[in-house]
Amino acid sequence: MNVKASLPGFDQVDRPQRDKISTCIHCGLCLDKCPTYRTLGTEMDSPRGRVYLIKAVDEGRLGMTPNFIEHMYLCLDCRACETACPSHVEFGDLMERARGQIERQAPRPLAGRLLRWLVFRGLFPHPSLLRGLFRLLRLYQRGGLQRLLRTAGVFNLLPARLKDMEAMLPDLPPRPFTRSVPEYLPGQEPATRTVGFFAGCVMDGLFADVHNATTRVLQANGCGVRTPRDQVCCGALHMHAGDREQAKALARRNIAVFERQDVDVIVNNAAGCGAQLKSYVELLADDPQFADRAHRFSERVQDVSECLAQEPLRGPLGAVPKRVAYDDPCHLLHAQRIRQQPRDLLQQIPGLELAPVTDADFCCGAAGIYSITHQDMSRRILERKMEHLAAAEPDVIATGNPGCMMQLRTGARLAGLDAPVVHPIELLAAAYEVGKKT
Amino acid sequence: MEPSVLQELAAIVAPQPLLTQPEAMLVYECDGHTLDKAPPDVVVFPTSTEQVAAVVKLANRHDVPFVARGAGTGLSGGALALEGGIVIEMCRMNKILEIDYGNQRAVVQPGLVNLHLSLAVSDAGFYYAPDPSSQGSCTIGGNVAENSGGPHTLKYGVTTNHVLGLEVVLPNGDLVHFGGAVLDTPGYDLTGLFVGSEGTFGIVTSVTVRIMRKPQVVKTLLAFFDTVEAASNAVSGIIGAGIIPAALEMMDNLTIQAVEAAIQASLPLDAGALLLIELDGIEDGMEADAQRIADICQQNDCQNVRVAQDDAERALLWKGRKEAFGAIGRLTPNYYTHDGVIPRTRLPEALTRLQIISHRYGLRIANVFHAGDGNLHPLVLYDERDGEEVERVLKAGHDILQACVDLGGVLSGEHGIGLEKKNCMPWLFSEGDLDVMRRVRQVFNPQELCNPNKVIPLRGRCRCGAVTGDGTPDHETHEAVATAMQDAHVRA
Ligand SMILES: Cc1cc2nc3c(=O)[nH]c(=O)nc-3n(C[C@H](O)[C@H](O)[C@H](O)COP(=O)(O)OP(=O)(O)OC[C@H]3O[C@@H](n4cnc5c(N)ncnc54)[C@H](O)[C@@H]3O)c2cc1C
Ligand code: SF4
Ligand code: SF4
Repeated sequence: MNVKASLPGFDQVDRPQRDKISTCIHCGLCLDKCPTYRTLGTEMDSPRGRVYLIKAVDEGRLGMTPNFIEHMYLCLDCRACETACPSHVEFGDLMERARGQIERQAPRPLAGRLLRWLVFRGLFPHPSLLRGLFRLLRLYQRGGLQRLLRTAGVFNLLPARLKDMEAMLPDLPPRPFTRSVPEYLPGQEPATRTVGFFAGCVMDGLFADVHNATTRVLQANGCGVRTPRDQVCCGALHMHAGDREQAKALARRNIAVFERQDVDVIVNNAAGCGAQLKSYVELLADDPQFADRAHRFSERVQDVSECLAQEPLRGPLGAVPKRVAYDDPCHLLHAQRIRQQPRDLLQQIPGLELAPVTDADFCCGAAGIYSITHQDMSRRILERKMEHLAAAEPDVIATGNPGCMMQLRTGARLAGLDAPVVHPIELLAAAYEVGKKT
Repeated sequence: MEPSVLQELAAIVAPQPLLTQPEAMLVYECDGHTLDKAPPDVVVFPTSTEQVAAVVKLANRHDVPFVARGAGTGLSGGALALEGGIVIEMCRMNKILEIDYGNQRAVVQPGLVNLHLSLAVSDAGFYYAPDPSSQGSCTIGGNVAENSGGPHTLKYGVTTNHVLGLEVVLPNGDLVHFGGAVLDTPGYDLTGLFVGSEGTFGIVTSVTVRIMRKPQVVKTLLAFFDTVEAASNAVSGIIGAGIIPAALEMMDNLTIQAVEAAIQASLPLDAGALLLIELDGIEDGMEADAQRIADICQQNDCQNVRVAQDDAERALLWKGRKEAFGAIGRLTPNYYTHDGVIPRTRLPEALTRLQIISHRYGLRIANVFHAGDGNLHPLVLYDERDGEEVERVLKAGHDILQACVDLGGVLSGEHGIGLEKKNCMPWLFSEGDLDVMRRVRQVFNPQELCNPNKVIPLRGRCRCGAVTGDGTPDHETHEAVATAMQDAHVRA
């Protein structure tokens, strides 16, 4: 974020909480797990340093200076520090609150404000607009315009950021998932339960294949799947960018939507969304009307791997003879503490070999819109990641978050690594597909 | 600091930038010990020995103090720029330069994270033995400076037992080499002298260390007791029986509670103390030793003994031990870690004294320590926002150290003296002893620019510049200034 002048200290609205700040005992055990500290070695860009800066602002020793703001935004919000921290510092919450303070207090240049408003308030909260945008994008990809422009090298004329965004786009499916499936899909007999499915916004438009794979695998395991059409974006992007108000509005909407469905579990397959859905309980803790409802909601949210790992997978699973490098999405591993389940599921697939990956628990540099806002750092982190992935010599790379999938695809392309990047659930769906045929 | 000096500095470390922004100076004002704070003027990140030497020479030319810093996990304020000046942050010099499995040694840069060395040689069946609980973050350079130990020190010794040779930039900027590729080299043991000098004898730029073969088998036991006394007696019993475990660690009830909250390993929350005991070596005789240990624990009223069933459980238990300090952070906003060593036989007495101190000052004290070698780590819990409580913490700390000395022990097992315990050194050493130390220091660090004012209360040249009428240094004024400065830092 580009702020020229210093802002005063924190005000009282969603202020980083003093008790949470003081759980940091400055031991430094988190340092080596932080991607920005590992890359730069600067204490201000370590978890300990960031908490110390937040503390300094809280105590009035420091204002929200441009440097302070930059250190806050250089954080990937990957939460690796939370997993590493023995003192249980709730780093994500502190960081989101600090950013919220900056966002509310910062006078942004008009153009920037307008763009943010358009994206965060005008676009993401409105599924129909998003779908429209995705339709346009698809037209652009299918109509040959993309190939034409790519071959003509037109993108080389664009600013680097736009060019990279363009290159990161996956091939778009013909229709968003929520428009292409019935609201209820029955589970295979013996059907044991009904789950709600959270489809998200970006996933819905860009990764309908992953959604289809998810529902197929759930159905094969006896789950009926309800996908309410009036659900909206989870609000994670808003939250990381500090727009807590809009995040709260989206949370209330989703809570109400899923209250109308009679489901025990709310399944999702995008780690970033899942982490956000699980944090509604904290987000709305001060809202008397929604605190309890948020609690009931968050309690029921499960990542698809979490949901499926509760019982052994039902057969028949066909062989998928591939060497797979599984890379932990930060918002699955660090924010939701899900490490083993996806690996266990993959290991149930006959013929599949899990390759050990060094630093699989390390961020890939995607981090929501970070790869666009802090491209340089994002790329440096990605390069390291690709070295480790390449060393694992995989046929396929698997990771359970759309942002990470796009980032790793970019990484594979840049590194010349010939391995498709898929969601683990797609490998499971493939195994069921093979199983059916044999 | 003069802008021209900063420019010269920038030219030396280019293209790495200098840090001088107030936000940066703020976060470098302390290390793992937060009671004392002192911001530097500038932080540099050298990437080569030559750059380190050039920075040090420049500091000498301009009479600017400097201090090396690794990961800043030190617990005695060793990496603070007590008198401002330059922090030389070594973390970018973090490469493994050479691994020689045949001769069981590796040459590494000082900014390498301790654990990264073990990970790098692990596939070949080796590891680096000194394992401070902070090993996931702290650097080999910091370990050399502090002569760090860890849970496995009991059997394998501390850092100095594993350092074969050093490349050092002396405080005047000259490059020298101590030791060599083997443990015993002719001449004075300057490596031994340097290890543990807490950054006051110069800056290490490369370290030759021993790497060891991983033991064939490892067995980890947990024994739970009603009281700390019973556990202490078991410790004496085990060592008395001639068994040398690889590690022998104790936690008291407060620590057990915090650790259980952190790792969920089904530790009994009502146990007064637990011992974490590890045996390693060859298969032969291991089972018998484990049984003897279990018997000794039983004789000392132990509640029960649990044996780690697999590597995963073993790793979890060690994670609990290594993160115990941090886990205490769940119970309190701040804590003050002490590091006294007492003769092992006097453990029960020492723990009783600690209880009395805890009552006297109305402060909670958690204990987690290397019981096998009598290295206590009483953690005094407090809240730094409560000024009056901080006063009590400092007094309690004083009493704790006094108790260690009374029981025939020393001030520091492994965390160093640094700034924090400097003024207690006269309890342990006579003026004559201290004078030898000062003279050694004088040889290495005559200008007193390299990590000034740490470890021993200094005489001689003082940075406050006070002189008496006849031009000799004015000790009294110096002491007064130093005390005032320290007080100011404590309050900052
Ligand atoms: C949670 C926790 C657990 C700990 N457990 C242990 C333990 O079990 N055993 C133990 O011994 N210690 C322990 N410590 C203390 C600390 O981790 C060690 O002292 C460690 O060696 C410090 O390493 P560092 O890289 O963080 O050094 P820093 O804290 O950065 O510096 C420490 C000292 O080393 C000097 N120094 C750093 N690099 C160099 C260099 N290249 N050349 C010359 N001097 C240098 C500094 O000037 C300073 O005086 C623990 C600390 C914490 C926070
Ligand atoms: S965030 Fe946690 S691990 Fe990091 S310094 Fe603070 S207490 Fe230690
Ligand atoms: S969230 Fe990630 S990037 Fe941010 S401080 Fe923690 S570990 Fe570092």
